[in-house]
Amino acid sequence: MTEQIFRDSNTDLAHRARWWTGRIAVYGALVLWAIICLFPIYWTITTSFKMAPDVMKGNMVPWWDFSPKWLGWKSLGLSPDTIGAGSTVRDEFLKRFYNSAVTSVTSSALAVVLGSLAAYGLSRFSYRFGYMKNSDISFFFLSQLILPPVVLALPFLVLYRSLALLDTQIGLILLYTLTVLPIVIWIMRDQFAGIPTELEEAALVDGLSIWGAFVSIVLPIALPGMVAAFILSLVLTWNEYFFAALLTSTHANTLPVMVASQTGSQGISWWSMAALSFAAILPLIVIGIVLERYIIKGMAAGAVK
Amino acid sequence: MIIEAGGQPPAFLRLSMGQALANEGDLLHVVTNDNISTRRIAFGRAIVWGSAAVLALTGLTQTLQETGLAGFGYSNWRPTLYAYILWAVCLCWSQVLIRGEQGKRTLFVLPAALFVISMVVFPLLFGLVIAFSDWNLSSPTGRTFNGLDNIRQMWRDPFYWNALTNMVWYSLAILVEYAIAFGLALLLNSQIRARKFFRVAFLMPLMLSPVAVSWMIGKSMMEVRFGPVARLARELGWEQPSFFGSPELARASIMIMDAWTFIPFMMIMILAGLQAIPKEVQEAAKVDGANAWRGFWEVTFPLMLPVSITAILIRIIFKLKLADIIITVTSGGPGGATDSVTSFIFREYRDRSNVGYGTLLAMVYLVLIVIAMTILMKIAERWMRPQY
Repeated sequence: MTEQIFRDSNTDLAHRARWWTGRIAVYGALVLWAIICLFPIYWTITTSFKMAPDVMKGNMVPWWDFSPKWLGWKSLGLSPDTIGAGSTVRDEFLKRFYNSAVTSVTSSALAVVLGSLAAYGLSRFSYRFGYMKNSDISFFFLSQLILPPVVLALPFLVLYRSLALLDTQIGLILLYTLTVLPIVIWIMRDQFAGIPTELEEAALVDGLSIWGAFVSIVLPIALPGMVAAFILSLVLTWNEYFFAALLTSTHANTLPVMVASQTGSQGISWWSMAALSFAAILPLIVIGIVLERYIIKGMAAGAVK
Repeated sequence: MIIEAGGQPPAFLRLSMGQALANEGDLLHVVTNDNISTRRIAFGRAIVWGSAAVLALTGLTQTLQETGLAGFGYSNWRPTLYAYILWAVCLCWSQVLIRGEQGKRTLFVLPAALFVISMVVFPLLFGLVIAFSDWNLSSPTGRTFNGLDNIRQMWRDPFYWNALTNMVWYSLAILVEYAIAFGLALLLNSQIRARKFFRVAFLMPLMLSPVAVSWMIGKSMMEVRFGPVARLARELGWEQPSFFGSPELARASIMIMDAWTFIPFMMIMILAGLQAIPKEVQEAAKVDGANAWRGFWEVTFPLMLPVSITAILIRIIFKLKLADIIITVTSGGPGGATDSVTSFIFREYRDRSNVGYGTLLAMVYLVLIVIAMTILMKIAERWMRPQY
């Protein structure tokens, strides 16, 4: 064998080795964290198909160390053989699901409407309410972020009691709107600031009113931002537990309250809890996968500017 | 209120306001010829004052009934609420009627402002009244003013002070979360395949409801006998894993679960910041002979400082609301070791249904938060001010 004449020098080979270890370290870290993020979801799905002995033994891989059964879903009334029959648990679940959907969608929509209007006004005109100028008004809105919910909770409990709004969807919707409004304003102000005012000026010259220009010119451009704000609000309101636990009891309970109320009673039937939890988080998992782009856009809005 | 924390909006808010506020004055110049007839103005004034009168009248009659001086057959305070809404609508409408074009501009901000004021300022003032009274919702006696008794009770309440110290610990955990989030953001920003998959996977925890998370992880996976985390701990040589046995461990477990949910939040913000840094900066550093380590500490990290501080401040704000996980997993135990202020007040209300004491605790908490956040923002602002 003759010695190879043209070859990588030793320093280059060392470089290659370092490159490979670097790659392995990067992907190792990525995969490790992906497992940390996804394993609890996997655990919940599989547990909902386990029987008691499988749970106790801690079996993890379906069809390999345990055979999946519809046990958890049967107790929820959502398994194939119970889906046709009537089920009180399922009715309860669907009612809570409906409550969650109504409160979160309505409050997010309301917050996006109110917040977008305010953000647009603040990004285009200069106001003066008494001594407050634009920056003060902006800060007034954004400072609501700092307000912890517990400060409002008990006064609202008392107020709602005398307004007969306790345990109603409207009561929750109003509070949820309030909690996400600063976030919406933050995202939307950033959106509107990025839209050149020449567009509206042209529209005004062509005879549109301020509101006409806003609706027909600015809104379509700002729509992605509004979607981002809406989704982010949806996530926050769907998951909200504190106000719901405090202000609702029987009619307007949302899903998190139902999930939380199951844990204590009659020992824990792991499979049905897993089924319930998974059903509660499923909508957001779907949203997260499909609309990930918007969520990231929404959260990134405040960071960079 | 919290609006006036030092006159000027703090750094992280002002930074994000961008150039929109750098030049005060209308960005959109509109010249309109408003011909507003005096009758229109009069009508505008009339509806505002008319609806205000309706509101005052309803409120007055309801107060009279409440104090037992006269009966009007109200079953609750709804009529006053409706009158208030009517007044708010009339106020918005009258802006356009009276001030024309200028009023139409006000209409952008007015609804949101009215909403926030009626939902925050009014309940806060009402809360101040409740905070200095003894009010057991289940007892028939109703509210009795008890002066400073609640404050004295708070002063002697070791569990409240314990919850406050816990909040300090929980907030300090943010530094670790920040380090992890920064690392993950760097990984996602580097040259990798399947970036989209990893981004979605890393984002997942944020989407999940904390209550479901606390069941999935806290109750199920950390279950001492068969939970996978306990198994892993046993494999690693921890004989008797118990995650909520001792106060320190329980606190750490709560911190880890909360971190799991919120690390994606910081990660996304930092990632956005990293992507906004032009590539040329790093290349220039490389040309100048900086290795990756120094390139990071002397170029990337300083450039990321504003974003980092924004992310950390917002994360602190979210952390101060921490309650769901604690309520559902440990309900404050063992012995109040994991209590956050929110979960403590929640239990306090659940156990004794005393609104007054709980409200006072919450008010004190709010004051402490505002002070702490103001100081933090001042420090952050001073630190970020360019020094050259």
